[in-house]
Amino acid sequence: MSSTGDRDLEPRGGDGADSDQPALEVSALRKAYGDTVALSDVDLTVDHGEFVTVVGPSGCGKSTLLRVLTGLEERFEGRAEIDGSDVREGGSDDVGMVFQEPRLLPWATVRENVAVGLDGPDDGRVDDLVSQVGLEGFGDTRPDELSGGMAQRVSLARGLAYEPELLLLDEPFSALDALTKYEQQDFLLEVWNRLEPTVLLVTHDVEEAAYLGDRVVVLGDQPGTVERVIDVAVDRPRERTADGLVPVRESITDALGV
Amino acid sequence: MATVRKRALRRPELDLDRFRWLLGLVVPAILVVLWHVLVTVGVFAPHQLPGPLTVATTLYSMAVAGELTGHVAITLQRVAAGILLGVSVGILFGAVTGLYGLAHDLLDPLFQSTKNIPSLAWVPLFLLWFGIGEGAKVTLIALGAFFPVYLNFSTGIKEVDRDLLEVAEVYDIGRLESLRRVVVPAALPSLLVGIRGGVGLAWMFVVAAELIAASQGIGFLLSDGRVMSRPDVIVGSILLFAFFGNLSDLAVKGVQRRVVDW
Repeated sequence: MSSTGDRDLEPRGGDGADSDQPALEVSALRKAYGDTVALSDVDLTVDHGEFVTVVGPSGCGKSTLLRVLTGLEERFEGRAEIDGSDVREGGSDDVGMVFQEPRLLPWATVRENVAVGLDGPDDGRVDDLVSQVGLEGFGDTRPDELSGGMAQRVSLARGLAYEPELLLLDEPFSALDALTKYEQQDFLLEVWNRLEPTVLLVTHDVEEAAYLGDRVVVLGDQPGTVERVIDVAVDRPRERTADGLVPVRESITDALGV
Repeated sequence: MATVRKRALRRPELDLDRFRWLLGLVVPAILVVLWHVLVTVGVFAPHQLPGPLTVATTLYSMAVAGELTGHVAITLQRVAAGILLGVSVGILFGAVTGLYGLAHDLLDPLFQSTKNIPSLAWVPLFLLWFGIGEGAKVTLIALGAFFPVYLNFSTGIKEVDRDLLEVAEVYDIGRLESLRRVVVPAALPSLLVGIRGGVGLAWMFVVAAELIAASQGIGFLLSDGRVMSRPDVIVGSILLFAFFGNLSDLAVKGVQRRVVDW
């Protein structure tokens, strides 16, 4: 497992990086469940403040990749480091995660849900985040009174609450209707602009991957491995219909073999 | 933010709805009237089924004589002590077996099979062990209260949403904190269902205990009524059990509604 030499992906010139290490560095990652190989030879580097999308067909190991990075899967081969520390040795502490479903504690208020990963009382910051995600005034509301989109934004605020080095999102919009999905995508970009977290978003939606990412990583399936990495050289803020996105979408679908 | 804000509005309750529960009293009231009529016209002989007014008079005069208070107090005391003991032990074993697979595999088959032993079967053994005193009765009641609490709490803990546990893991909440913040609240509804069942069974077991070995208590009144051929006392005691049984159930239901409000 040689480290730096022949990586598939070089980090883009990182501006505003807070350390020498990339926010995320994965190399020669391999994860198998028994005889089934979910991920193989995955190399991926994400720089500080970057927004990277990972797209692939269902069953390509996208979710497995996120489970490895969040420390939910401890047995794998290869390297996975967050800001230079192995995910198995505390690196995953620096990761925030937004699941496909909001996964909020139903008995806890919005504020308590956002604060779930925080150690001490930190009301100012939590309240700030609650309003950052557009839920001002809903701090004391219980999840069952929120719409799907709002609940997902609480989950986003929770992911950002302790300022993780890396924010992971696992198909966060796939359960939403088309219109809400567009709103939430733009909303995520807005929050990303303001708070500048490093983001790795997994999706099976080609359009979404191209629209949101600075770079798009295309995973092929069985076993999941990086097929292609596509730079999205379109200025932000982007239009969904921007001409520059068309070739990106084409090369994603091309890489997916569709 | 162009997001639609939906907020579930609670409909203001109609005045009429507040009295809806009174509907539940209609059929019992009709039954009491029917009972009264049937006894008065002589369908039932008064020495077998006294009329509702006779029963009420008997209860009233016993209350005035101060006789009733002692019986009711001792029964309530036994039930309370039994529930306290049974629920505590149920929570303890429910938690241990819910959290640790090994404890579950070791203990659950035992509890599952002992729960099927009829309550009355224990009475002779408990009398032998604990004598005729309070110990035997309280233990028997505790046994009744234990099983539903144990079963529901253990299952409640085991079935905590895996997704929420993963959230706790991703956010590094720590074992103890995730117990406090995720597992216990998630299992709380099941625990309360168990306590409600346990309280119900406690009343069943107190009758068993008092029928057989007591010189005081509502259950003793029952058997005393049979010995003395006083059907009014028997029916009165049954009504007392009904009253206090319902009262305790309402109390637990109230707690349930207050605690599980999500």
